[in-house]
Amino acid sequence: MSMASKIILSSLLFLITCYSHADSDYQALGKPAADLSQQSQWNLSIAPDGKGLPKGKGIASQGKKLFALKCAACHGPEGIGASADPLMGEVGSLTSDYPEKTVNSYWPYATTLFDYIRRSMPINAPFSLTPDEIYALSAYILSQDAIIAEDFELNEETLPRVTMPNREGFISFYPEN
Amino acid sequence: MKNTPTQSRRQFLQKAALGGALAGTISLPILANTDKLEFPDNLPEWMRKPGGEFGNYGQPSKHEQNVIRWISANPAAPGNGVSWTPLHDLQGTITPNGLHYERHHNGVPQIDPEQHILLIDGLVEKPIRFDIKSLMRYPMVSKTCFIECGGNSNSGWRSNPIQSQAGYAHGLVSNAEWTGIPLKLLLKEAGIKSTATWVIAEGADAAALNISIPLEKLLDDALLALYQNGERLRPENGYPMRLVLPGWEGILNVKWLRQLRLTDEPIMSRDETSQYTELLPDGTARQFTFINEAKSLITSPSLGMMLPDNPGIYQISGLAWSGRGKITRVEISADGGDNWVDAELQGPVLDKAFTRFSLPWHWQGEYAILQSRATDETGYVQPTREALVENRGKHGFFHYNAIVSWEITEEGDINHVYGF
Repeated sequence: MSMASKIILSSLLFLITCYSHADSDYQALGKPAADLSQQSQWNLSIAPDGKGLPKGKGIASQGKKLFALKCAACHGPEGIGASADPLMGEVGSLTSDYPEKTVNSYWPYATTLFDYIRRSMPINAPFSLTPDEIYALSAYILSQDAIIAEDFELNEETLPRVTMPNREGFISFYPEN
Repeated sequence: MKNTPTQSRRQFLQKAALGGALAGTISLPILANTDKLEFPDNLPEWMRKPGGEFGNYGQPSKHEQNVIRWISANPAAPGNGVSWTPLHDLQGTITPNGLHYERHHNGVPQIDPEQHILLIDGLVEKPIRFDIKSLMRYPMVSKTCFIECGGNSNSGWRSNPIQSQAGYAHGLVSNAEWTGIPLKLLLKEAGIKSTATWVIAEGADAAALNISIPLEKLLDDALLALYQNGERLRPENGYPMRLVLPGWEGILNVKWLRQLRLTDEPIMSRDETSQYTELLPDGTARQFTFINEAKSLITSPSLGMMLPDNPGIYQISGLAWSGRGKITRVEISADGGDNWVDAELQGPVLDKAFTRFSLPWHWQGEYAILQSRATDETGYVQPTREALVENRGKHGFFHYNAIVSWEITEEGDINHVYGF
């Protein structure tokens, strides 16, 4: 092999070595975000144990007024039978010929109610309700099927402790069984 | 056996051979008279005048303006609904970007890419964020795959067969080439803690849609997609960035992605509890049924079309797909499932992607029930409607993948029917 060939070959080998090294294929460009991660607008999800719930409180009677004002147009005055998803009633209907998957009949966790109302409702103005208003609305919805008492105060401590009627109704298919 | 496709294929070939022989007997034309201009009278206008100008972004022919997504939204909240891909009007396997199905929970956000970031945090060594310019410098890969809404074909659960065109009953599924960054690169850059098992993905729309995804899938074949069929994502498909989880139901392929939070348990959001779970007759519900099982559909002939010639030769054509891998077989029946014949699969057959199948069919005016049945590489066979309902009841709403039956009447009309 000539000297020139040897030089070309060794250059090629160098290139192959260089480009096949996994860590040198690309540059890590993520910027540190520990501070951002703490900010409330990046902590919207609320876990079943209540982690992520903001401070606040509300009861059903307060929620009833808000419901008429902000929710009834789409969900109906009784919280069922209108253009939007049904919220109240039909507890125990899941095994019937006409099951209704309302919040109160189907949802396994009350924390989901707070999480979903805050990020999505009212549909024409998400993120427009205060924590107190969301606790009050949740209290009103849950109280309509006696899941909590009429005068029960929902707050960041009590909401995760509410046991929904269909809490045990779900079978996980992941990992596949 | 008279109307099974096997026999039709042979008849089709014989007819084709006969046509060729006839063509050979036609005599040569005599020379044209050159004394007068003949062509202006005989050629169409578009051959005698210069055509239109160049266009910055091409549009379909005005003669194809009826090939559209069909929108079904809540009148009280027009941003909450779906639009269906017109599968019955399309051929091949790639869904044009303007016809990709949509499911929005509160409209299409008009995101300024300069102001959008992706945050990866939770159970990681160091929370990190990315802007678009940085992401564009990462190595990208392309994956051609379908995305199917978990609620696609849900009219199949109803007691009476819906009389909608194929795409307007089954078109909450589309197939595109998605290009982006393997998510594992970005997750590993943040440093995955050993306790992390789930990831909460969140979108930057006016529903701030959040849903839990097993970390395992994101480390497998998931993409942070930036491109759709070669161009940047359409706003309605997640611009400037979305998740693509090949083979897993649409809701998990979060559009307008803003955050991935690693956790050790699912968040139990509305869209993994109240929705996208399947109620069974005993009152329990299947949850975290992520994979879209194998499915197929004859797109032509199908409802809304008719068979003009009796007898006539028709090219049965359709789509098959499976969230578990490649389609290995599609069978066609013309007699309601008594006899089945293998269809031709158009290559290349791709993993978790639309596969086009076809079979020529010689129709002689008889009453027929056309069906297709898909099998994937795991051996899973698409079920009949009866078997699916037997297993799941009628109130599951999601993950309907039963065989679809098109009734061909003796007059050549086409209806959607059950019971075969």
